[in-house]
Amino acid sequence: MGNEDEDQDLTAALAEGMRQAHDAKTPLYLIGGDTKPFWGRGVEGRRFSLLGHRGVIRYEPTELVLTARAGTPLVEIHRLLAAHGQWLPFEPPSFGSAATLGGTIACGLSGPARPFLGAARDFVLGVRVLDGRGQVLRFGGEVIKNVAGYDVARFLTGAQGTLGALLEVSLKVHPKPPVSETLARKESAEAAIQLLVELAAQPFPLTAACHDGERLFLRFHGTEGALQAATNRIGGDRLADADSFWESVREQTHPFFSEPGPLWRLSVPPATLPLAPGRGALFLDWGGAQRWWKGLAEPAMVWNWAREKGGHAMLFDSGQCHRQPIDPDLLSLHKRLKHSFDPEGILNPGRLYETL
Amino acid sequence: MQRLRKALPEGALLSKPEELRPYECDGLTAYRQLPLAVAIPETVAQVQEILRICEEVRLPVIPRGAGTGLSAGALPRKDGLVLSMARFRNILAVDPLNRTARVESGVTNRAISEAAAPYGLFYAPDPSSGVACTIGGNIAENAGGLHCLKYGLTVHNVLSVKIVTAKGNLLTLGAQGFDSPGFDLLALFIGSEGLLGVVVEATVRLLPRPPSSRLILAAFPSVESAARAVRLLIGRGLMPAALEMMDNLAIRAAEDFVHAGYPVDAAALLLCELDGLPEEVEDQIALAEDSLRESGANFLRLSSSEEERLLLWKGRKSAFPAVGRIAPDYYCMDGTIPRRAIPAALRRIAELSNAYGLRVANVFHAGDGNLHPLILYDASRPEELERVEKLGGRILELCVELGGVITGEHGVGAEKLDPMCLQFRAPELRQFHRIKTAFDPHGILNPGKAVPTLHRCAELGAMHVHQGKVPFPEIERF
Repeated sequence: MGNEDEDQDLTAALAEGMRQAHDAKTPLYLIGGDTKPFWGRGVEGRRFSLLGHRGVIRYEPTELVLTARAGTPLVEIHRLLAAHGQWLPFEPPSFGSAATLGGTIACGLSGPARPFLGAARDFVLGVRVLDGRGQVLRFGGEVIKNVAGYDVARFLTGAQGTLGALLEVSLKVHPKPPVSETLARKESAEAAIQLLVELAAQPFPLTAACHDGERLFLRFHGTEGALQAATNRIGGDRLADADSFWESVREQTHPFFSEPGPLWRLSVPPATLPLAPGRGALFLDWGGAQRWWKGLAEPAMVWNWAREKGGHAMLFDSGQCHRQPIDPDLLSLHKRLKHSFDPEGILNPGRLYETL
Repeated sequence: MQRLRKALPEGALLSKPEELRPYECDGLTAYRQLPLAVAIPETVAQVQEILRICEEVRLPVIPRGAGTGLSAGALPRKDGLVLSMARFRNILAVDPLNRTARVESGVTNRAISEAAAPYGLFYAPDPSSGVACTIGGNIAENAGGLHCLKYGLTVHNVLSVKIVTAKGNLLTLGAQGFDSPGFDLLALFIGSEGLLGVVVEATVRLLPRPPSSRLILAAFPSVESAARAVRLLIGRGLMPAALEMMDNLAIRAAEDFVHAGYPVDAAALLLCELDGLPEEVEDQIALAEDSLRESGANFLRLSSSEEERLLLWKGRKSAFPAVGRIAPDYYCMDGTIPRRAIPAALRRIAELSNAYGLRVANVFHAGDGNLHPLILYDASRPEELERVEKLGGRILELCVELGGVITGEHGVGAEKLDPMCLQFRAPELRQFHRIKTAFDPHGILNPGKAVPTLHRCAELGAMHVHQGKVPFPEIERF
């Protein structure tokens, strides 16, 4: 499968490296394809690369499960799945062709389909992970229903390597629906939210919905019959090169993202109004639940706004990401959990929060 | 006890044996124990106060929802307090715009769906106890159900929970949006079987109710051909809302009970439900029927009305009580295996059934490989339950051997502590205990459940033949 020549299992060497770092209390900066350094705070530590630990270990299309080593390039996995008519429904953004499976799951990133088909963590079935002691631990499994033990595999998704270095990931994969269609309609952002509220309460096979400031884009996946029914009922212009449009949304290559300057990510309930905490260009994704906002505002004000709405905000500025502060009780729970996986605090220290 | 009585309203603390009796077991009635007392608080502040007192005096607390769990997760301790969430019954808000419901933890699955129905929405997870079971219990167990192949488990359908920790702190995990800052504590908490905190409130996702649902019933001359059909359906890209399988013993028991029109001579039956827009369902039915025939189905029936669909479901949904009519008692197992292993698993279960002299009926979620072998027995016969538990243990061992797990949706509870030793090694178990300590440093919440001690596994390992591998395999044995 894939580039088998380059496949290798580096578990033993990585575990040895981790044990040494643990004994010497050396902080480590975990690296996959190094495509998402901006998705967190900077880490001062020795580079610990998972890139060479690669290869698809098991993939049987009728089991709908794929297991691969962390360093396996995401593009290789997409290619393999596509050859069998399957896909990763959470459409992970990769931010570059070097992106790896491990980095994707560690960052817990999900693309435009997230509200409709699920998030990265929803598709994680099991992991093998190297903890901060250099122990190889296995959590979850390769079956869809599994409630034995705490769900550590999902818990590690999005922890950005602060709890362990992912070695292997087992993912649930899905058959890719046979056809897809995207409609575009000129709407204001407020009208788009209103329309989305109406559409999402009906069982249309909607798989993405975004608004670029001028137009609302609706993507559907399904059978021929389903798509015809949905597009006839909703109406709008068919978008010709829909795949590349959604790729530009997912990978942030859309012109909206090209200007420099601070960028806010607002994660709020989809129908939240007003649209943003203040003035500034706005790009709505996830049917309104993920909003990219170029506003100039005091972080504290934005964080309060997001919290009031029941969500949270992240600020991307000068190559780093700042997360919304969490409550003291919750933060101390984070610290105790971090300590339980990484007693010396060597795994990506400060990546999520300064004191974590 | 006096402090607890003071912290609670009149009548909210039970301690007389006759009052405690209803709490001595959950849905797994083979395990029974009277608790020291039962607290039935009405407010979050009372829950916090109870936990503060109990943590101070190190009194074990056993959280309890409706008590419908099937792994003795709510089994009391004689030195412990049962914390019943039965009075947390309010639906706080249904938000049709954001398609969520905010409910207290004692609200039932059915009540959520009923409150959402006027908006054309529903709450997807549908464990068979959905009429009675509560969202708090669903969260503790990460409950599944008939339709989780398409709609996911509890973990996929909950956005946020409010919990009270062992120290009495109120924490919110998750958010009203799709993610939250920091660790995904919600994912860790869901399925933690009452060991990490007590749920007092949850925000769940609601989905649009599909306008069309059709059920195909397919009968097969062999288990192998039915299992082949499952793989073919999935392999061709179909995502049924539910895909259930029954073996001959279960088919006959169900048919005798509810007269759904099941072909009683079939070796195996598949129930395949397809839902969505009518046009979508039509497309899927054509593909599904072809795949079922190609795999060797010799009888197909497609529901043509809602009454017929419900009738065909009735046999499956009453399969457990139906089996209960052909034997004095039955013991329901719950393991998951890869779909490819279904024929091998059923063959081995039949062999084990013969070896132990106990009948086994199989009714299960074939689409996701979640088996529910029902072991038939008679509890009034001395030592029969012990034999049943041994057979059950062998079946779970088989699941692990085939690449699966020891529980798909019922949880570990007090019941599957020994099989957990097969599934996990010492380093993982140690990490589970560390996680427990991070939430509950003195171990007062549901102690002894869900995660076995290393000591227990070591003792078990000393006498256990791991995964059928005996020492000195080269020596002949008779």
